[in-house]
Amino acid sequence: MSADPKALYQEVILDHNKKPRNYGTLEHASHHADGLNPLCGDHIHVTLNLEGDALQAIAFHGESCAICKASASMMTMAVKGKSRNEAEQLIHAFVDMATGRTSPGATVNAGPPLPAMARLSVFSGIRDLPMRVKCAILPWHTLQAALDSQASTSTEAQNDPMHTPMGDA
Amino acid sequence: MTASDTTTVATPTASNTTPVLNVQRVRADFPILSLQVGGKPLVYLDNAASSQMPTPVIQRLHHYQTHEHANIHRAVHYLSETATAAYEAARRTVQHFIHAREEREIIFTSGTTESINLVMHGWGRKFIAAGDEIIISVLEHHSNIVPWHMLCAEKGATLKVVPINDAGELQLDAYAALFSERTRLVSLGHVSNALGSINPVKQMVAMAHAQGVPVLLDGAQAVPHLQVDVQDLDCDFYAFSGHKLCGPTGIGVLYGRAALLEEMQPFKGGGDMIHTVTLEKSTYAPIPNKFEAGTPPIAAAIGLAAAIDYLQGLGMDAIAAHEHALLQYATAQLGAMPGVRLIGTAREKAAVLSFTLQGIHPHDVGTLLSTEGIAVRTGHHCAQPLMQRLGVPATARASFAFYNTLTDVDALVAGIRSVQKVFA
Repeated sequence: MSADPKALYQEVILDHNKKPRNYGTLEHASHHADGLNPLCGDHIHVTLNLEGDALQAIAFHGESCAICKASASMMTMAVKGKSRNEAEQLIHAFVDMATGRTSPGATVNAGPPLPAMARLSVFSGIRDLPMRVKCAILPWHTLQAALDSQASTSTEAQNDPMHTPMGDA
Repeated sequence: MTASDTTTVATPTASNTTPVLNVQRVRADFPILSLQVGGKPLVYLDNAASSQMPTPVIQRLHHYQTHEHANIHRAVHYLSETATAAYEAARRTVQHFIHAREEREIIFTSGTTESINLVMHGWGRKFIAAGDEIIISVLEHHSNIVPWHMLCAEKGATLKVVPINDAGELQLDAYAALFSERTRLVSLGHVSNALGSINPVKQMVAMAHAQGVPVLLDGAQAVPHLQVDVQDLDCDFYAFSGHKLCGPTGIGVLYGRAALLEEMQPFKGGGDMIHTVTLEKSTYAPIPNKFEAGTPPIAAAIGLAAAIDYLQGLGMDAIAAHEHALLQYATAQLGAMPGVRLIGTAREKAAVLSFTLQGIHPHDVGTLLSTEGIAVRTGHHCAQPLMQRLGVPATARASFAFYNTLTDVDALVAGIRSVQKVFA
């Protein structure tokens, strides 16, 4: 283990755990999905409104650890108001960072860094905790499932497009 | 070479007839316990998941691989005879350890899970029919639930479940009421892996036998901590694993009453389990070989026997007494901490402490304790139905072994305080 895992539990993550933003359920959501990590029982429900190409509103709720809840909370802030394409870019950038495939701030296809990733880089230390990577990426998974109009997703699903063997991290 | 080469630790005291463990001497037998984790001394409190291996067992495995290894039950050459003798001696060690009548009642498996699956395939698929009922409890590990789900789905049988009270104790009145004329099998954990409850299995076996129903006991969490006597318990099957007993992974045991094992069908087909094979049909070897198809984990079985020798050298009574003292101290210490909820407070308990911290998810607890060098298990402990019954998604679990100390408990208390401070 290269980094101090304690460093992960810094103020911003603890703050989002205590006071999660966009917490709840959108009543007339155009898209929604349930995300489950059967290994630890984390459970996240994401609802969102896609108007045309724009992600107008998003909310989440669920039962999860601090890493998962803070990740979900910061995710909703990062993608709200973005286009579907921008949201999907962020999903990939976040997963790549959390699994250690890229350094913080980098983007897919080596494009210019996504500004929203700067704030999310507080999660970069998760790559050193292979057992916890899935806690951080579950909300992003679930967002992707909602955008794809899948009702549910699981970190252990065989056909999961974002399935990430833990050995990667 | 035997376990006693390097250990003499159980010494009777004047005031007490139960031998007392010299824990510092015991700890010196476990090289891994002197590890540093992130600069902190390892505090290993995940023994219910897997226990550590002492030097005499490591040396026994080394000696086997360097002096004795060949395939067993086959060739007539020197090494094959040496390995066969050591493997069969291991079977006798297990037989005496759990007080089975005969050595052929001891089947080596890959672990508790395979032992239970062996009973499901060998006994259940032969004797369970549509409409039959199997009794388990809500405390069970998934390994004593899922095989029965599979059997019920295949045969059209039904599972009946013994409930617990809020302390985590099985309810015997409800158990008695579950029996019907269709009850065919009772399968119960001896000690709960998630809560540590020691179930009144001797009484529960007697109640089942009064109805003519055989009983399988999952002893994975009992054998490392209690003196187990399968004849006294009068159970029909008893399953356990080597790696929770300071032995290697990949080895386990199924004890079965000889008469039951004989009427069962084989679970796996292959070499070493046959009497004769023609191209038309096979006839099977007598027990135990009927259930040990293929080359077994020879080294692991011999290592398990060395682990049993080691534990018996310390004395199971001394082990139980030391662990009970740890449990009492830990229960008092954690029980007095604000924000700590103990889950599972049965009167009869093994040294397992499941707990939750108010407002902090168990996974965060586990990660942060690890930064203090403390290893606990967090999650649902492969007992999701139990977690649902208790109304918690997960718990943190500290599980003690005889090599743990009161200082380890103090480290856990300090660790919990530091977790609470991070989340304050």
